[in-house]
Amino acid sequence: MTDAETVAIEEKSYSQGQLVRRRFFRHKGAIVAMVVLAVVVLVAFTSIGIGPIPGWWDKNPFSQYEKIGTGAPTWAHPFGQDTIGKDYFALVMLGTQKSIIIALGVGLISTLIGTVIGAFAGYYRGWVESALMRLTDLLIVIPLLVLAAVLGKIASPWGIWGLTLMLGLVTWTGLARLVRGEVLSLRERDFVVAATAVGTGARRIIFKHVLPNAVGTIIVSATLAISAAILLETSLSFLGFGVQPPDTSLGRLISDYQTAFTTRPWLFWWPGLMILAIALSVNFIGDGLRDAFDPRQNRTKA
Amino acid sequence: MTSLDITSSSDVVTPGDAVLSFTDLEVTFGTEFGDVHAVKGVSLEVHPGEVVALVGESGSGKSVTSTTALGLLPGNARVSGTVRVGDKVVGDLDQAGLRKMRGNDIAMVFQEPMTALNPVLTIGDQLTEALQLHGIAYGSQAMARAAELLRMVGIPEPERRLKQYPHELSGGQRQRVVIAMAISCDPKVIVADEPTTALDVTVQADILDLLRSLKDKLDTGILLITHNMGVVADMADRVAVMLKGDLVETGTAEQVLTDPQHEYTRRLLGAVPHLGAGAGQSDVAAAEHAGTRSPALVLDNLVIEYHRLGRRPFRAVDDVSFTVDQGEIVGLVGESGSGKSTIGKCALGLIPAVAGGVNILGEDFAALNRKQLKALRRRIGVVFQDPAASINPRFPVGEAVAEPLVVHQVGDQKSRQKRVMELLDAVELPRSFYNRYPHELSGGQRQRVSIARALTLEPELLVADEPTSALDVSVQASVLELFTSLQQQFGFACLFVSHDLAVIDMLAHKVVVLQNGRIVEQGDRDTVLRNPREDYTKRLLAAAPVPDPLEQKQRRDDRHRLLAELGDEVVELRVGD
Repeated sequence: MTDAETVAIEEKSYSQGQLVRRRFFRHKGAIVAMVVLAVVVLVAFTSIGIGPIPGWWDKNPFSQYEKIGTGAPTWAHPFGQDTIGKDYFALVMLGTQKSIIIALGVGLISTLIGTVIGAFAGYYRGWVESALMRLTDLLIVIPLLVLAAVLGKIASPWGIWGLTLMLGLVTWTGLARLVRGEVLSLRERDFVVAATAVGTGARRIIFKHVLPNAVGTIIVSATLAISAAILLETSLSFLGFGVQPPDTSLGRLISDYQTAFTTRPWLFWWPGLMILAIALSVNFIGDGLRDAFDPRQNRTKA
Repeated sequence: MTSLDITSSSDVVTPGDAVLSFTDLEVTFGTEFGDVHAVKGVSLEVHPGEVVALVGESGSGKSVTSTTALGLLPGNARVSGTVRVGDKVVGDLDQAGLRKMRGNDIAMVFQEPMTALNPVLTIGDQLTEALQLHGIAYGSQAMARAAELLRMVGIPEPERRLKQYPHELSGGQRQRVVIAMAISCDPKVIVADEPTTALDVTVQADILDLLRSLKDKLDTGILLITHNMGVVADMADRVAVMLKGDLVETGTAEQVLTDPQHEYTRRLLGAVPHLGAGAGQSDVAAAEHAGTRSPALVLDNLVIEYHRLGRRPFRAVDDVSFTVDQGEIVGLVGESGSGKSTIGKCALGLIPAVAGGVNILGEDFAALNRKQLKALRRRIGVVFQDPAASINPRFPVGEAVAEPLVVHQVGDQKSRQKRVMELLDAVELPRSFYNRYPHELSGGQRQRVSIARALTLEPELLVADEPTSALDVSVQASVLELFTSLQQQFGFACLFVSHDLAVIDMLAHKVVVLQNGRIVEQGDRDTVLRNPREDYTKRLLAAAPVPDPLEQKQRRDDRHRLLAELGDEVVELRVGD
């Protein structure tokens, strides 16, 4: 009987990861978004350099330069200059760097916390679930912006890292609920029962058997968490609770120059455009990933 | 591949024109990985009052063929050739025409009655829907007609049933409702897609009786899609065998089943486990081990209950005692809901017992601490029903088989790999499968992986929960053969849970028959299956169909006689009373 069975094997085979990658690269929007994001990140980090490493842009964000006209964009200052003559391109790049670091950090921290809490609540059920989920509910009922503002203020002495940590600590709730739901259904699957019957411990089941099967949900939510974090940081900084000077970020820049909106609109538009570009492309990537991980949603292309 | 028509011209029965006919039907699906040619030129006719069985393994295109008749294929399918329902050509109809045709001219009976019925609508709502849509009856008239339909398919108290929801009915009753829906608009032909696969064997026999009386009394044509040769023998007038989208053989049921011409049909028939012909397991093997060590599994007045919120607990297993000796295969048979899987889970230590003792390999399950439990689990293996669900889809085959070794920290990377290779050899899979993922394998191959994983730690007790019921017949045969030879090679004791008496007959030493959580009968295979003492066992045995039309007819008559003796009536369509 095996001759009939082996027929299917001779065709080219794909692992699950390969299938996901294949579907992802067919999503045009996601690919464009990836390119845009890559360009933004590359330019932001190479132009003015990071820390002691110098970049290719000959001006820095802290020095005042001789003002050309009103400070509108010129070849010497492509993004224009601010009120006192600082190079706005360098400033926006610095802000972009900080915003991206915060967003990625928040995404990472909130995904980690959310996944672990959701997985433990979903797998153990009982009092563990009650305790963890009530904690989640508690965090959800407090307005996020207020909580983040208070915690951000407390963490302000540690600069943007403190802010990142605090934002990560308050934004994991949505993911925790998603992961819990996913784990609740996965734990009833036969392969988990089979693993239990072999004598596999709870921790190994959670991290080796259950979570890898929930990775689709987790990755998709992580990307969306990143774009949400950018917006949250921007709002906080705009309100004055986020990044504190001398640090800067995209939201901080908008807040600093909000009075100049009518007289020097470029001071408002450039950081706004960067926020839009980053948030949009991250969202598009998340969309592409979701389609790639869940082929059932695919519209048939006949 | 050419179609081999062995119907001799004199035998052709053509009572009137065909109600359903396929001519040179071809179906192609456009997928992500290029086109899949699912049906390659099928020609087939169904006449009034005739049952044509379409037989083949999963993926042979039999369901696709029947779906074209209703015009229900998904959007990525391309169809060529003609499909006629009565005098209508399906390909020429627009959406409105198709809707009018479905129900009126052709109706469908689905495999799984629970999903074919809408759980949030009452039976009455669903039955009257078709009547009202097709303008046959409205309002209270439709309700009266619905009640009549239910009475026709043999559901007692139809007026009360109309107000109930699908979950309040048993599986067999649900399938009767689906059949009532199918005949509500008096269609010329009914497509029955595996109508009894999801049902218990006694219920299956009832539903088949009902379908048979349907074609006799209403003169409806039935296209029966099934993989069960016993059902074919019981029902079909003519048989068409499909292989990979091709029709390889057609003929009358008697011709195809008793004198198959095509090599594939012969293989298919040869693979069907035949109740009463089971001599696969030599009784010597069990005797050798018996008495030397403590028994592998002792259940002592076992009681298992499921707790339900707000209601008293449900007693799934009630006062069950039996023993599995070393090196012995004990078959646990029963219909769905009899508690057989629950007992299997309990023997794995996954469900606690409320009362009674579970003694595995000389150790009392309840008295063990976590460490001892883990050590004991090393000595127990498990094989589940659905190999697609029981292997972690993220693990390649090699890792899945090696997992028990990793969990119990046996050996190092190299010795584990060696062990996995040995096991792949043992279950007759190529070693190159080491790095393949489960979804790349066929159902039979996956089940082999699952068996290999169960044997990784050389268990002394193996719990097999319906290990072959999700597989095709021919694949089932090879897996069972493998299972038997592995058992003789490794000498493990085995608790084999199954609803299929023929499978149990093939390999069990002892048989335990369960009904509603209680043991009805237990003993040696020959005693229980050849000379059953209890009515329930007799009923079970009588309901299992065999793949031979003449013998099956004999068995059917015997069964009807037995039912009459036991005071039950034979199910049939009641028209005009």
